[in-house]
Amino acid sequence: MSVLVFIETEEGKIKKSSREAISYGAALGEVTALALGEVDSGELATAGANGASKVLHANDARLNNGLIQPYAEAIAQALTATGANILVTAKSSLADAVVGRVAVKTGAALASNVADLPDTSNGFVVKRSIYTGKAFANVSLDADTKIIAIKKNAVDLKEDGGSAAVETFAANLDDSLFGTTITATEKAEGDVLLPEADIVVSGGRGLKGPENWGIIEDLAKTLGAATGCSKPVSDMDWRPHHEHVGQTGIKIAPTLYIAVGISGAIQHLAGVNSSKYIVVINKDEEAPFFKAADYGIVGDAFEVLPKLTEAIKQALA
Amino acid sequence: MNILVCITHVPDTTSRIAFTDNNTQFDKNGVQFIIGPYDDYALARAVELREANGGKVTVINVGEAETEPTIRKALAIGADEAVRVNAFPSDSFFVANQIAEHAKGGDYDLILMGRESIDFNGGMVHGMVGELLGLPSFSPVMSLEINGDKASLSREIEGGKEKLEVSLPFVAGCQEPIAEWKIPNMRGIMSARTKPLNVVEPTDNTTKTAVSAYELPPAKGAVKMVDKDNVEELVSLLKNEAKVL
Ligand SMILES: Cc1cc2nc3c(=O)[nH]c(=O)nc-3n(C[C@H](O)[C@H](O)[C@H](O)COP(=O)(O)OP(=O)(O)OC[C@H]3O[C@@H](n4cnc5c(N)ncnc54)[C@H](O)[C@@H]3O)c2cc1C
Ligand SMILES: Nc1ncnc2c1ncn2[C@@H]1O[C@H](COP(=O)(O)O)[C@@H](O)[C@H]1O
Repeated sequence: MSVLVFIETEEGKIKKSSREAISYGAALGEVTALALGEVDSGELATAGANGASKVLHANDARLNNGLIQPYAEAIAQALTATGANILVTAKSSLADAVVGRVAVKTGAALASNVADLPDTSNGFVVKRSIYTGKAFANVSLDADTKIIAIKKNAVDLKEDGGSAAVETFAANLDDSLFGTTITATEKAEGDVLLPEADIVVSGGRGLKGPENWGIIEDLAKTLGAATGCSKPVSDMDWRPHHEHVGQTGIKIAPTLYIAVGISGAIQHLAGVNSSKYIVVINKDEEAPFFKAADYGIVGDAFEVLPKLTEAIKQALA
Repeated sequence: MNILVCITHVPDTTSRIAFTDNNTQFDKNGVQFIIGPYDDYALARAVELREANGGKVTVINVGEAETEPTIRKALAIGADEAVRVNAFPSDSFFVANQIAEHAKGGDYDLILMGRESIDFNGGMVHGMVGELLGLPSFSPVMSLEINGDKASLSREIEGGKEKLEVSLPFVAGCQEPIAEWKIPNMRGIMSARTKPLNVVEPTDNTTKTAVSAYELPPAKGAVKMVDKDNVEELVSLLKNEAKVL
């Protein structure tokens, strides 16, 4: 099988989730990766380590900001040019907005939130996460071209490959696709991106106010973790909206999720139930979150957190 | 301002999820159905825009007769009329096709949806509808202002957001804080009973995917509690048992 993997970069580096998508594709067949916009070709060559044999690069400045229509068109053209019958991408706010369009352009069958490699013993069946992580559906993809948008941890990251050849890809993109103007971009720089993070430390209303976030940030920094929060916390503007985790926020699947002063409402759990390990710190032993946790501490966050940060620093030293 | 809002009929966010018939059917027993939370944001913003600019808000749902109470709720919140495409929403492409077919005849300035449905969480229908209609599509949209035939909107990107200037018409998948959820008042509930709810049959039955079976995730083991005065024990569990440090 010939597989095309759409990869994204962040601050000039291939995103870890995109490297996972390449590893996923490599388990299915020969992988050509596709990168859009100006990126260093040395960085793109490292896609080989994850299993890409070739990287197509549309080195076009107009593609530096992920514009949905031109991206969809470029990806569809790359599918035709490579003759690939499978497109794999990591789920992201950009990929989500783009792949539905690619599916219509190419007549493909599309599944998102895919949690595992396909079962090809009888047709082509993927396991999708549904009901916000509360269940899975086995879905058959019934068209010649198949598009799979994977969740984090759908496959183990492959890191033993070589270097990939980088080739220029000239996508033919009409000016009419660029009718959208980006007038401003606000981005937290240098931080660990929440959807990509292996460890996430989140705070809830139990922290009492934005001025108390230092203890969350200290623990996060010590662990190399991203920070998250519950919905009321972002509703009250204690934290930016893009940190809000849960049913109506971001769904994450880190290896370790540490929830501090969060009660564990079902809508919050819906965003974190794919985490591998969950630690809950709450002063109320009846907090529902403990039922969903692997490890718990009943205690006051303002006492426990600084001690925990210190103990982790010593353990990592 | 002529706005189409696409709504889903989904289990309440607190529902226990279970399956019957050998894991091939969703178990509706005891489940309360609601307008999808993201669709509810789209609807609230559509009603605000209609109040500010005049015009009409039409809601559309692809679903069987059981979804009508949910559609009536959208009318009670402030939509002017509704369309139900009488079919089980079996896959995103099928749903997108029905919405696009309706929209072709509707002369809409805006098509608003949720960023994703909370049952199948595809997040795919807005892009498909945009492509089927040859219109731009944006998601997840966090704010939307209309100035004549132009709109400014903000879209969440990873770790931040971007502001965009676009021309009408277009498709947007919405999320908070685009508007506050609206609760229907008594007058809305009364008037919803007489607002038009047109039932139409699907135009094209093409699907690209099919569910063969559902499954539930494995049950979580019991929580291990650690004393608050012994955080070192937690660190050692994370290091030696979970092996995450
Ligand atoms: C349709 C819908 C969608 C929703 N989507 C989301 C979503 O995506 N994400 C989300 O988070 N919520 C969501 N919610 C809201 C959700 O129901 C809860 O209201 C919310 O998660 C509660 O946030 P919290 O745990 O921070 O606050 P609270 O419920 O107020 O809990 C605070 C917790 O902090 C503890 N605490 C207090 N002081 C301390 C201290 N000093 N030390 C330690 N612990 C302390 C308390 O014991 C309590 O358990 C949604 C609700 C609805 C209806
Ligand atoms: N059966 C349906 N009827 C009407 N609109 C729908 C339907 N399914 C999905 N949508 C719309 O498309 C959005 C995205 O859905 P999805 O791609 O399924 O996650 C939803 O938030 C709705 O606005």
